[in-house]
This record gives sequence, structure tokens and C-alpha cells, in this order.
Amino acid sequence: MVWSWIPEYLPKFAEGLWITIQLLTLSIFLGMLFAIPIGLVQVTGPRWLGAIARGFCTVVRGTPLLIQLWLLYYGLGALFPMVPGIRESFLWPILREAFPFALLAFTISVAGYEGEIMRGAFKSVPKGELEAARAFGMSRFTVLRRIWLPRALQNVFPTLAGEFVLTLKSTPLAATITVFDVYGIGSIVRQETYRIYEPLLFVAAIYICLTAVIVLVMGWLERRVPRPA
Amino acid sequence: MSDLFANWHLLSFSDDGWGWAMLNGLFSTIKIAVGAYLLGLTLGLFGALGKLHGGVVTRWLLEIYTTLIRAVPELVLILLLYYAGTGAINQLLDLMGYRPIDISGLVAGIAVLGIVQGAYATEVIRGAMRAIPKGQIEAAQAFGMSSSTVLKRITIPAMIPHALPGLANLWLIVMKDTALLAVVGFSELALVTRQAAGLTQAYWVFFLAAGALYLCLTLVSNIGFRSLEKHARRGQPELG
Repeated sequence: MVWSWIPEYLPKFAEGLWITIQLLTLSIFLGMLFAIPIGLVQVTGPRWLGAIARGFCTVVRGTPLLIQLWLLYYGLGALFPMVPGIRESFLWPILREAFPFALLAFTISVAGYEGEIMRGAFKSVPKGELEAARAFGMSRFTVLRRIWLPRALQNVFPTLAGEFVLTLKSTPLAATITVFDVYGIGSIVRQETYRIYEPLLFVAAIYICLTAVIVLVMGWLERRVPRPA
Repeated sequence: MSDLFANWHLLSFSDDGWGWAMLNGLFSTIKIAVGAYLLGLTLGLFGALGKLHGGVVTRWLLEIYTTLIRAVPELVLILLLYYAGTGAINQLLDLMGYRPIDISGLVAGIAVLGIVQGAYATEVIRGAMRAIPKGQIEAAQAFGMSSSTVLKRITIPAMIPHALPGLANLWLIVMKDTALLAVVGFSELALVTRQAAGLTQAYWVFFLAAGALYLCLTLVSNIGFRSLEKHARRGQPELG
């Protein structure tokens, strides 16, 4: 085992770690914003909207994330240059980057998986509580904001912690479309130093630490949410 | 833009189409997934028994196994286990005076994904075994059954209804995880798709086709597991 390469590559790993953290937090945040309505319309709301949401969840959960990522990156990447004038527009520097594609793919993935979980969560809130809130004269939106959503999230908190760990563990896939996250930096080190195990073990250790952070943060949040008696 | 989607003839089964190549990729994917799943179930069964009935050392080792495997990304594990596994086997062969061998992608893929699946299966099966009422096991022991008979006749059949939803999930995960092997260069559906798409530049056609094939596998598996669960729960009261 040779570890002398660590000081030289530590700054690069710090950059990679920052990319991983950005990818993870942004995709979880944006994905959950979509997951909540996706779960909700499957429980209430017009039937055709529910059917679309269910179809979306089935397709996202039924195909490998790697294929989705490649479809978006290579497929959209092949489409964009055909749009006239796009090379001159202010969007072009963003569209040439790989990170936005990775973020889009991971956001869709989080929305699909967590949408399914939120469906179950909304369904599991006892009907009487919602009726009681309505009887108090709350509008439908207030019921959602004050009762339905908090109660639903409370029920699935432990599940969500596990789901976010799974999201973290899928972020290395972004390295296959040239996003240099922790795993991507590890691959660079492997190529430049010709060491096989040490960079991989180092990368694995970083992910174990990140997993521990997620578990601790979600546990702390969970304890702050009052439990029903 | 229309020509991006007008290349469906590339999927044909004629000489210049990629139809057979894609189907072959699909078969490798299914082979690896089935192999890894069976290996994972075996590891999971012994892992669960070890965690529930093993000594202190066994329990600790299994705890480390399941915790580490479930905290490290599959992609990293696949690379680590692949290099470490082939390296260790060849060193062992070298010590015994044999020449190093080339381990086939199929075997390596099954072994690596199976070890990963084993960690998850251990937790699923352990939870399912703990859900069996103690009285049933005690009754079996009172009948004078040996512990292997109890396992075969009582524990496994009684555990299956509890474990099936989790195990169904694991099957869906392993099927999609086979795509990760493309990154290490095993020829399965995802790699064939990427090669075909890269060569023909028809990204939409091939990635959509591959997505449809994976989706079909998922939907068919869902139907299969639903009827399995119905069979396993026969004679039990309806849930919910």
C-alpha cells in the first residue's frame, strides 16, 4: 500500500467532494419539490394526472439510471447543436457542461423514486385528521400545508434517509459523463499513479463518511419532528 | 430533428441491424442478474442465520460486511471486488504453482454483484425471520425436529411471505445494477447499447430501445413476483 500520493491530490479531492455534495443536495432538493406533487396527484386530484404521475414513476424506477443519464447527455447533446443560433446564445456555456445534465438526470431519478414513497406517505395519513382540519374551516391548501404534508413526511422520514443514501451511492455514475466528482477524481489518480487499490479505498472511505453524515443529519431531523403518541 | 428518430431500421435483425447484438446483450444481462441474485440469496440466508444465531465474532463480521457494502457506491465496490478478487485468486494460484488464469466477465460480474446483493438480502431475510412468531419455532423443537429440519420446514416457508416484497425489490435492483458492469467493460445490454449508439450516432434510438427492454424486464418481473406473493400468502388473511 502506497499512500504518498494523498497530499498531492488532496486539493483535487476537495473539489470533487464539493461537486458530489452539490450534485447530491441540489438533486435531492429539486427532486423532492417534484416528488411531493407527483405523490399527491396519485392520491387525490384528477385521474389522468395521477395516471401520468404513476407512469412517470414506473418508467424512472424501471430503467437503469445509467441509461437515463446517457440518454439525456448524449441524446440531448446531439439535439442542441441543431437548434439555430444556440451556439451564440448565453445558454451555450451551460449546455456544453456535463454537470447540468447529471443534475437533471439525478433530479428526475429522485422525483421518480421519492414520488412513489410520497404516494404511500400521503395515503397513510388517517382520513379523520384531514376531515377534522376541513371541519375547522381550513382551505384545501392550508390542510395540505399544516396537516397532510407534515404528517406524511413524519411517517416516511426513516425511509427517506435510506433513499438519500441510495442517491449518494448513485452519484459516481456522473463520472461516466465527465463530471469530476469524488469518484471521478479517484479515477484520475488511478490513471496517473498506476495504483489500483489505494485510490479506490480512499474514495470508498469518503463515501462511508458521507453516508454517516446523511444518517446523522436525518436522525437529528427525525428527533426534532414530534412523534405521534 | 426528424432524422434523429427515423433510424429505427438500425434495430432490425438483418445483417446491418443491431437487433441481435441488443438481444444478446439482454441475455447476458439476464444471466448475470439471475446468477448474482441466486448468489445473493444464498449469502443472505446464511448471513441472516449468522446474525440471528451466530457467536459474537460471526455477528460482528457480518455487521461489518452489511454496513460497509451498503455504505459504499456499487460502482466503487465493483471495481474493488473485481481487482481484489481476481488478484487474490491469481496470487493463490501462483502460490500453489499454477499459472494465472483469466477470469471471465460473466463469472466476475456474478460474483461481484452477488456479494453486494448478499448484504442487502441478509437484512431483508433477517427482518423476515424475526417476524416469525417464536412459538412456531418452539413448537417445532418440541416435536423433536433438528435445527436443520426446523430451518427447512418452518423458518424458510414461514419467512418467505414477509421477505418477498423486499426480495422482489432486490431483484429489480440487481437487474438495473448489471448496467454498472458496462463501466468496467463487461459486454451486457448497457455496453452494447453504448457501443451501438456511439458508432451510429443514433443515441435516441438505442438508449430508448435499451430503456424499453429494461422496462419490459421490470414489468414482467413485477407480474411474476405478484403471483409468487399471492401463492406464498395463500391461506393467510388479506392485508390492509
